[in-house]
Amino acid sequence: MTRPPVPRWVTRSLGLGAVGFSAAAVVFGLWVMGPTAEQGDYSRLLVVHPPVATYAYVGFGITALASILYLIPRTRRREWDLLAGASAEVGVVFCGLTLVTGSIWGRPVWGVWWTWDARLTAEALLFALFLGYLALRRVPASEEVRSRRCAIAALIAVLDIPVDHYATTWWQTLHQGSSIDLLQPDKHLDTAHNVGLLLGFIGLGLAFAWLVIQRYRVEKLEARYEQEGLDLALEARRAEGDIPSDRVGAPV
Amino acid sequence: MWRDAALVAGKDLRIEARSRVATNQVAPFALLVLVLFAFALDPNRAVLKQAAAGLYWVAVLFCSLLAVQRSSAVESAEGARDQLRLSGLDPAGVFLGKAAAVAAQLLVLELLLGAGVVILYDVRLASLWLVTATCLLATVGLAAAGTLYGSLAAGLKVRETLLPLLLLPVAAPVLLSATEAWQAAIAGHPGDGTQWLRILGVFAVIYVAFGVVMYGSLLEEA
Repeated sequence: MTRPPVPRWVTRSLGLGAVGFSAAAVVFGLWVMGPTAEQGDYSRLLVVHPPVATYAYVGFGITALASILYLIPRTRRREWDLLAGASAEVGVVFCGLTLVTGSIWGRPVWGVWWTWDARLTAEALLFALFLGYLALRRVPASEEVRSRRCAIAALIAVLDIPVDHYATTWWQTLHQGSSIDLLQPDKHLDTAHNVGLLLGFIGLGLAFAWLVIQRYRVEKLEARYEQEGLDLALEARRAEGDIPSDRVGAPV
Repeated sequence: MWRDAALVAGKDLRIEARSRVATNQVAPFALLVLVLFAFALDPNRAVLKQAAAGLYWVAVLFCSLLAVQRSSAVESAEGARDQLRLSGLDPAGVFLGKAAAVAAQLLVLELLLGAGVVILYDVRLASLWLVTATCLLATVGLAAAGTLYGSLAAGLKVRETLLPLLLLPVAAPVLLSATEAWQAAIAGHPGDGTQWLRILGVFAVIYVAFGVVMYGSLLEEA
């Protein structure tokens, strides 16, 4: 019998919080926030775009940290590798969302879906780097070989981020500067936009945490399945008890 | 460490000299890429001249993929990797040696491609020192990052398709900076190229240092 890696009430609260705050952000973004003078209705994307971009970075940061912990012999545990994988997967989804939401905004405001702007190029490269990392995670190889190589690949990818970033920030950039400044909350935005942005950050942050925990849980079960076979994995699923035991392992 | 590096580099270069893959396959491939670019952009010679720097570095990048693939294939065949571990060589030395062998091959290819660009695309390299410095720094960076990723993908069933996916995005800053530096060299404004040389230098130092530290851990698990 295994316990879930994070108590169930925590994941449930995270999930419910994510739904609640995201719904509030949607309501705020669509009805409470008014259109801005410069960007009109498109400024409403502010609720989504900066948070997903930020959490993509957070995801890759967690992957790098977990990879370092896996590589240090004293702290080496399989769990760090699983966390690195889970976090990278969610990071890639958020990075993809950043590109998509940016594109949706860019079409009406810049007149193009995509442009070879410094920020966009760096983000697209980041996306490609971690897609490569995820591909490496799926190669058929022994667990130890794969985990170690993945940890090193994650660190190489992370090393490349500042080089990419600085190589491209010396270009002329179309992408606007930061819209928010923690020291001056109302630098560019009115209160409604600030609150909408905050709700977006909280809602998507909770969703990010919830997704990472769920992916980690699945990765852990997959690892168990690889090690101990399907029977034990089914047993663990039954023990978690959120679906009736006769349905777990029933023929599908 | 340096002695080990020289031994490994000598071994890899001897294998390449004997198998003649670099001269019989990779070098003609490099020239073919240049010719294909010319076919694709043919009617407009001015565009070709304008894009020469970028096309040159894309061709170098393709060649580096082949060189790296060869370099790691040599180790994965017939348990050579285990023999390398048994030999008691310093892993950092092995990394430096393998990277140096890749770099040496790349430099020769770059020379060949450079001649190709000058002759086929009618480009004049106004600032030779900038061109040379760019090639040297970019090659060190590419060889170091390539050797690392080559070893990451070595021995896996899907290595041929995995390596480009892993290496090309990492090498993007090299492509960007080397192209900008070359453009400055072609335009005859070497001053504009120095900041790009700095990025190439940073890239090379980061990946050489990372390889020296991490390569042992990669060799260990084989």
